[in-house]
Amino acid sequence: MENKIRFTLNFKTVEISASPLKRLLDVLREDFSLTGTKEGCGEGECGACSIIVDGELVNSCLYPVGRVEGKEVLTIEGFRSTPEFEVLRESFEEAGAVQCGFCTPGMIMAAEFLLRKYPHPTEEQIRKGISGNLCRCTGYDMIVKAIKLASERGDGLW
Amino acid sequence: MKEVNKSVPKKDGMGLTVGKPAYTEDLAPQNALTVKVLRSPYPFARIKNIDTEKAEKLKGVKCVLTYKNVPRNIVTRAGQGYPEPSPHDKFILDEYVRYIGDEVAAVAAEDEVTAVEALKLIEVEYEKLEPVLDFERAEGHPSIIHPEKEAHEMFPTGFNPSKNIAAEYHMSFGDLDKTLKKCDYVVSERYYTQAQNHTAMETHSSFAYVDINGRLNIVSSTQTPFHARRIVGEALGLPLDKIRVIKPRIGGGYGGKQALHGEFLVALVALRTGRSAKLIYTREEVFEATYTRHPMRIDVTIGADKDGNIKAIDMEILSNTGAYAEHALTVFMVAGSKTLPLYNKAEAVRFGGKVVYTNHTPAGAFRGYGAVQGNFALEATIDKLALAVGKDPVEFRVQNMIKEGETSPVFKIMGEGTEGVDMTVDSCKLEYCVKRGMELCGWKDKYPRKQIGKNKVRGIGSAIAMQGSGIPCIDMGSAVIKLNDGGFFNLMVGATDIGTGSDTILAQIAAEALGVSTDKVVVYSSDTDLTPFDCGAYASSTTYVSGNAVYRAGRKMKGLIEKAGAERFGVSKDEVEFDGEFIRTKDGRNSVSLSQLSTELYYSNKQKQLMVCESFCGEVSPPPFLAGFAEVEVDLETGKVDLIDYTAVVDCGTPINPNLARIQIEGGLVQGIGMTMFEGVKYGENGKLLTNNFLQYRIPSRKDINKLTVEFAESYEPSGPFGAKSVGEIGTDTPPAAITNAIYNAIGVRVTKLPVTPEYILMELKKKMK
Repeated sequence: MENKIRFTLNFKTVEISASPLKRLLDVLREDFSLTGTKEGCGEGECGACSIIVDGELVNSCLYPVGRVEGKEVLTIEGFRSTPEFEVLRESFEEAGAVQCGFCTPGMIMAAEFLLRKYPHPTEEQIRKGISGNLCRCTGYDMIVKAIKLASERGDGLW
Repeated sequence: MKEVNKSVPKKDGMGLTVGKPAYTEDLAPQNALTVKVLRSPYPFARIKNIDTEKAEKLKGVKCVLTYKNVPRNIVTRAGQGYPEPSPHDKFILDEYVRYIGDEVAAVAAEDEVTAVEALKLIEVEYEKLEPVLDFERAEGHPSIIHPEKEAHEMFPTGFNPSKNIAAEYHMSFGDLDKTLKKCDYVVSERYYTQAQNHTAMETHSSFAYVDINGRLNIVSSTQTPFHARRIVGEALGLPLDKIRVIKPRIGGGYGGKQALHGEFLVALVALRTGRSAKLIYTREEVFEATYTRHPMRIDVTIGADKDGNIKAIDMEILSNTGAYAEHALTVFMVAGSKTLPLYNKAEAVRFGGKVVYTNHTPAGAFRGYGAVQGNFALEATIDKLALAVGKDPVEFRVQNMIKEGETSPVFKIMGEGTEGVDMTVDSCKLEYCVKRGMELCGWKDKYPRKQIGKNKVRGIGSAIAMQGSGIPCIDMGSAVIKLNDGGFFNLMVGATDIGTGSDTILAQIAAEALGVSTDKVVVYSSDTDLTPFDCGAYASSTTYVSGNAVYRAGRKMKGLIEKAGAERFGVSKDEVEFDGEFIRTKDGRNSVSLSQLSTELYYSNKQKQLMVCESFCGEVSPPPFLAGFAEVEVDLETGKVDLIDYTAVVDCGTPINPNLARIQIEGGLVQGIGMTMFEGVKYGENGKLLTNNFLQYRIPSRKDINKLTVEFAESYEPSGPFGAKSVGEIGTDTPPAAITNAIYNAIGVRVTKLPVTPEYILMELKKKMK
């Protein structure tokens, strides 16, 4: 059974017909061709599919699209047009935090959520903040460094 | 050096960060058929009957594959050079299924829901067979896992399927028994390592389509596109000129994508239906049905004289390759060949053992490739021996370890499946690495232990390691450099960037050799139609093997540019030099920019394309070295071990890109730490893998990793491109030994089975108290 579902996707109102049980991750990738959000496990453990819904960080692989009615969804494709993204991108690049890159969009969304909450996070807050995002390539050190760098550079943005 | 030894940002970093479509699944056509695999619920069974009629009739199903309707050509999926050291023991689909997760059938449908539904409609009648689940009882077990007559080895590797033996090898020099008898100190220990999973964040993915010229195109998350083309051709019985393999960006490999997985099935579906077809593994499939690190049982005995000089080493291994023997022989051999030379003064060395088949998920290539397992056993035993001799374990290592300019008889005796090559170690800063590491970790203050409060003890431990740089005389890499009008270059390499940054570092090597800046080099890698051959991303080969090919191509192109400049000025080539932007006569009278010269070359004056191709196949495989130091805190009440600090000092020759080299080391360390402390593998009684998701199988998150300190030694490998050796694998090697040595130094418990768990520590502590 398909329902009409309206929500805001990356600052624009959209409407789709879909089963309300369809995973938001699949809606983003298949119905909107937004492939920046990745599937790493499909069970909410790896964080590669992290997006922001109404200001909360969620795993889009566990989020049925029916729940998104009337909400605001932000994915990497929308976030990348913001000045906050620009600071995070520069910092990730400078710290060398990108390796295979598969976890990076999700990691950036988690970093954005963290910085909204704590514009100047402590090391402990960063470690906790990205503990739901697995990376198998790096030792995480450069990712922590990148988020610290972003919080200094983007002073006042968050 | 302007462009190497420089942390140039990763070429694809920006595109990946903004989330551009880059990986296999992102690029699959929207209308591609979805392929799903029916997997065996039994560890060992014969398919008596399989009825696919209902599945085929389901609306939206386009193709169903079983062993009855696919080509029956036996291959190895290992993704190695040819002829492979792994036996040919795998059909695309077979009437036998050999582990829980083995392929029974495949369905291609218009969408995933239909494909999954169709799998449920396939009726299979199995004849259940007695499985072999204990690798220590596999040899000579009444169940023969590979009874098929087609199974064969490509050259003598000890393959004996009638006894469930996938490979066997023995070597020795000196008289081991006699030498051990003469030793003042002899210690022995038995170790077990587990079936670690790679868990690359991108699961194994591939799609295929038939192009306008009727050729099969496969896009795959593979580490070995050229081997993939060869093996798909062999399995499907297709001539290689009908196949093209393209590797897009890859979301991590670590050896897990060296072998082939979905490629045969998507290729068959595309050929049969004329439609594009994709197969994206689920995380559960990655755990259950790709492959793992080889679990091993390792017995080590080492003897030393009264002054603490190591005289004899014996290493005996039983390795478990699971249901198929991908990398069986070579991973097992590397456990010796990339550890034993560390102690090169031993007069007698014996190494040997067997690799057995079991009805578990197959084992295969995994970063470290046997060296991790061997290092754990050897380096833990070295600590044990140092204590017996009464020496500080670090000083004991320095006294006995290999030094620059020295060699080891092991190099000549042991290669990967074949004989090795004689070589001296022309760059080895291991002694510096050890000393610097001791300073960084505060060894002198911290060794062996410190009581922290009532119930907590800290201990510090060490280990040293070596790896290789490519497989000498076998693995070849090549590079094409093309000059374009406007004065920029294309670098085409078969080398496979699996997220490591090899496109970037190869561009840096090309730029340095040409004398231009790295942004003038546009890289295309890993397309079997458009790039020259490369063995692929494995065996720590890309920087050294592919890098040397790129270096040669860069130097040759520079020569061609100078020659073209000389022709333009009407002088001899010797009178001209290229400085990266301008071609000038040495007397300073004439000059032309590369941009202008290249535009003239293609449009207006003595027109010709400048393009070069060079290859490299190493005669030696210079080892990188690493000294690792772990500090742990053990809670005596709970048995919990926390890793406080890990220090690694690395000799990888010149780091071409220090930032990317550091990530390679840090990432390798964390995988080694995961293997040591977190990544437990559990099977049910029937052989079902229970640790088949990220809840059950815990890889380290940021919370689990405290301080990591990585430094590089100043080192220059004369045979490497601008002095570089490999850096990809060595980071993984030391954590098992260094961490368990630290635990021993803290509480006197020798961990001999990985991973370390609080239960294990508590039980051992209790035993000690009795």
